[in-house]
Formats: sequence, C-alpha cells, structure tokens
Amino acid sequence: MAIIAIQDLTKRFGPKSASRPAVDGFSLTVEPGEIFGLLGPNGAGKSTLIKMLTTLLPATSGQATIAGCDIGRQPMGVQRRIGYVPQALSVDGTLTGYENLLILAKLYGVPRRQRLDRIGAVLQYVGLESVAHRLVNTYSGGMIRRLEMAQATLHRPPVLFLDEPTVGLDPVARKAMWDLILQLRHDYGTTVFLTTHFMEEADVLCDRIAMLYHGQQVAIGTPAALKATVPHPETTPGASPETTMDDVFIHYTRNALTTETEGGYRDTSTTRRTAKRLG
Amino acid sequence: MTRQPHAAPLNDWANGTRVTAPIADFAAKALVAAELEVRKLRHDPIQLFTRAVQPVLWLTIFGQVFTQVRGIPTGGLSYMDFMTPGILAQSVLFMSIFTGLLVIWEKDLGILHKLMVSPAPKSALVLGKAIGAGVRCLSQLLIVYIVAALLGVGLSWRPLDILGVATVVMLGAALFSTFSLIVACWAQTHERVMGVGQLMMMPLFFASNAIYPIDIMPGWLQVVSRLNPLTYMVDALRNLMLVEPAGSYSLGLSMSILIGVSALLIAFCGRLYPRLVR
Repeated sequence: MAIIAIQDLTKRFGPKSASRPAVDGFSLTVEPGEIFGLLGPNGAGKSTLIKMLTTLLPATSGQATIAGCDIGRQPMGVQRRIGYVPQALSVDGTLTGYENLLILAKLYGVPRRQRLDRIGAVLQYVGLESVAHRLVNTYSGGMIRRLEMAQATLHRPPVLFLDEPTVGLDPVARKAMWDLILQLRHDYGTTVFLTTHFMEEADVLCDRIAMLYHGQQVAIGTPAALKATVPHPETTPGASPETTMDDVFIHYTRNALTTETEGGYRDTSTTRRTAKRLG
Repeated sequence: MTRQPHAAPLNDWANGTRVTAPIADFAAKALVAAELEVRKLRHDPIQLFTRAVQPVLWLTIFGQVFTQVRGIPTGGLSYMDFMTPGILAQSVLFMSIFTGLLVIWEKDLGILHKLMVSPAPKSALVLGKAIGAGVRCLSQLLIVYIVAALLGVGLSWRPLDILGVATVVMLGAALFSTFSLIVACWAQTHERVMGVGQLMMMPLFFASNAIYPIDIMPGWLQVVSRLNPLTYMVDALRNLMLVEPAGSYSLGLSMSILIGVSALLIAFCGRLYPRLVR
C-alpha cells in the first residue's frame, strides 16, 4: 500500500478567478521505503505542496493521505506519523541541542521512561553526543542540520519530509547528510520525501523524481528514466557526453528564467538567510 | 555515526495509541511549551532586568512628586500606596504587549513551523507562550516590591497575599501577551506588531484606574475604563498588595474577569495561530 497518496491536490491563494493555482491538480503515490525527490524552479509550488502535506496549509481541493491519515480530516494523525525538517531553521539557538530534543520529545508525547534513552540514541545516531549540552548557536551549519534531523526522527516517524535539506552546506556536510538519509532508510525503512535544487543530490539519493513546474507535475520517473526522455545535448560544446540531471531539469523547465514567480523576494530572502546561517 | 540496532519497535505511534484525556493532554502540552520559554530565559536571565528602569522611574519620580501634590482623591490611602499596584500592572502590560514580536521572530527564523507540525493543540502552544510571558513578568514583581518597600509603601507581606499578587501578575501577563499574539497573527510583521503595541499601551494605561481613581474621570472615560481589563488587574492587585485592601471591586469579580478574558483570547488565538506559518 502506498504510504503517501496524493490525489488532485490543489492550492489556490486568493479568489478563483484572480490567479493560477500555486499547486494545480497534483497526484502522486509514494511506496514505503522510497526516497522521493521533488524538483522544480523557484516558485514552482514545491514549498506549498510540502506545507499542505505537513498540515501547515489547508488544501483548496483534492486530498492526500500519509501513512493512512487524511491531511485534512486527521491532521493530528499525520503530525504523529511524519517528521519535518523545514528549509528554514527549526532548532532554537538559545537552547542546547539536548534541550531542543527534550522539548520536542515531550511535545510528541514520547513516554517519560523512554525519553532519555531515545534522545541519547538519536544524538549518537547523528554524531552529536559530544556537543549535546552546548548552545545550538555555537554549532556549525552541518551540525545544526544533523540536530534538525535528530529532532525530526525522535518520534520514529515512518515518513520524513525534508525541504532542501542540504542548502547552504559545504560538500563534506552535504555528503554526511546524504549518508544519514540513506542510513535512516536502511535502518528504519523510513520513507523520505525531499525537495532540492541540487541535481546531483536528486540523482544520487532519489529512487524517483517528480518535476514540478507552474504547480503542475511535468515529469516523473527514476533518474535514469528521466534522463532517457531528454534528447542528447550535442549542441553544447564541451558538455559531458552523458545526459545529466541538469539537462533533464532544463529540458522540463526551459522557460523558468523568463517567467515571473510569486513571492520571489520572500523565497529568496529565506533561502539566502538559510544559506547564510548554515554557511 | 553509529548504526543503531532495531531494538525498539519501529513506529511505535501505531501500537497502543495513548488516548489520554484531552484536557490532561492539553495541559501537558501547554506546560511543555511554557518549559521551552522558561529554559530560554534560564540561558539569558539578564533580559529580565533590562526592563526594570521604567517602574523604578515611575515610582521614584512620578510617585514621589504626586505624593506632595495631594491633588488626587485616593480615600484614606497615601498616593504612593495607591499607585504602586498600578505601576506593577503597568510594567506587566508594557512587557507583555510586545510578546507578538517574539513569535514573529520565531516565525521568520522557522522555529515556529517545527512546533506547528507537532501533534500539540495550537491553543496549548499559545497558553505556553502566555505562561512564559507571566514568568518573565514575575521579575517586575520583584523589582516593584523592592523599590516600593524602600519607599515605605504599606505592602502586605503575608505569603498568601504575595502568592495572590504573583497569580494576578501571571494572569495579566497571559491576557496582554495573548492579545499581542493575536495582533501578530493578523499583522505578520515586526513593524506592525510594534506599531499596534505602541498604539495600545498608553491608552490602556491611561484609561484605567492605575494612577488615578475612575470616579474623577469624565463620564465617557469611566465607561472605557470599566471595559479595560487592566482596571480589574489593578483592582485585584490593590486588594492583595497592600496592608489594607483598597480595591473597589471584589477580588472574585476581578479574578473571574481576568481568567475569563484570558481564556477567550487564548482559544481565539489558538484558531488564528496557524496563520503565522502559512
């Protein structure tokens, strides 16, 4: 049975006539244990889609179930079953790493007897046990991201949503994040739903990829299958002989640069700030 | 990174879904949200006392001068005794009316998103913030008591009275901080929350019984003052803080109004709260 099932999910900001929907009739199923990547240019609706799936934003129409819970009718059920690492900061810099985890464990209702064991285990899992009692604002970008992963997996969710998990990380920290994501899938069979702008990341990490453009799904498949659909870029001199995910991205979102994107300033400012804090 | 054994059952949310009583769950989650605020304060306690200047100035300068004037009819009370509860209420108001700024800050950082996707009732998160504001305001209680004692105000030192004062301070802080959170849900930006806070704090203060009795106000202002929750906070404090209780309403009435209005605002704010992360 699909662990994520999305049907005709639509989000429209403002009245029906005013604008095209931010997400337009999106449908998708994701199988348990799959790592699924959502790609698309800025303003394509990736964040809106993730916000709907994580119950932050009500859908205008359509439906979705996550681990059997309907996002509209059983938001609490969904919340108990998912972990979410937003693109922006989600740990509190004025608390220690341990305290961040402790508060979340309590909010998620992890039983008191198990709390310390769980926090210890998850800290060890992400390799932060030695700095657990330091204030988070002394952490490096990679450490913050790993703490956020620890926080999001503390209640052992079957589904993990990651919104641009490696934005602003250096190559070493990025590689460590990839390992961590693969490790989670290997150890716990966690289903991962992520968005990214790094084509290499999508290629290495994801079993399947969907391309979102103007709120609509324009392509879906394994990285290999998607590459096969793109005509070989012979025209570019000096390009690598093989089709890359970059080519796929450009092929499906060719007009991205010429289109106006909504909320561009805010998105950019958030991304830049995220990149700055992690950098 | 060490690999963990499959010791604990995976996805233990599925088995034995703990259907605790919703009220107990609500209270527990609110206390966790409050713990979050208190832990933050513990790492940076200095901020508690940076706001101490204002009540000290009001008591030492304004209070001392107006005691000489004797122009305000305060019954048998000295003007200092009369205004001290008013100044405590004022500093609670001024401190909590900007709570919305904190939540906008957390929203801009992204921390708020994390709390919003947790399975906690949103109004419990609001209540947690309100309790946090209350704890913050207890520092003002300490400062006002010290200064007032030095100035010879007839304070009641019965433990039960002091406990009552602390309760009223917490309630007042909860009320005005929730009001500020509601503003934040509508306004969404620092500037607007700041603006509304500035706009509200002086009228709320002056249209109340904090530094003069309602009886000497013009008729229309009396009406406004009687609708102002700050009036009931000040009145409850006058009943509890001083050696001779000097409130014009019963303590029960004032407390009921404070509790009732706070509860309404928290419930309402809980409904609006998700707007912040949309």
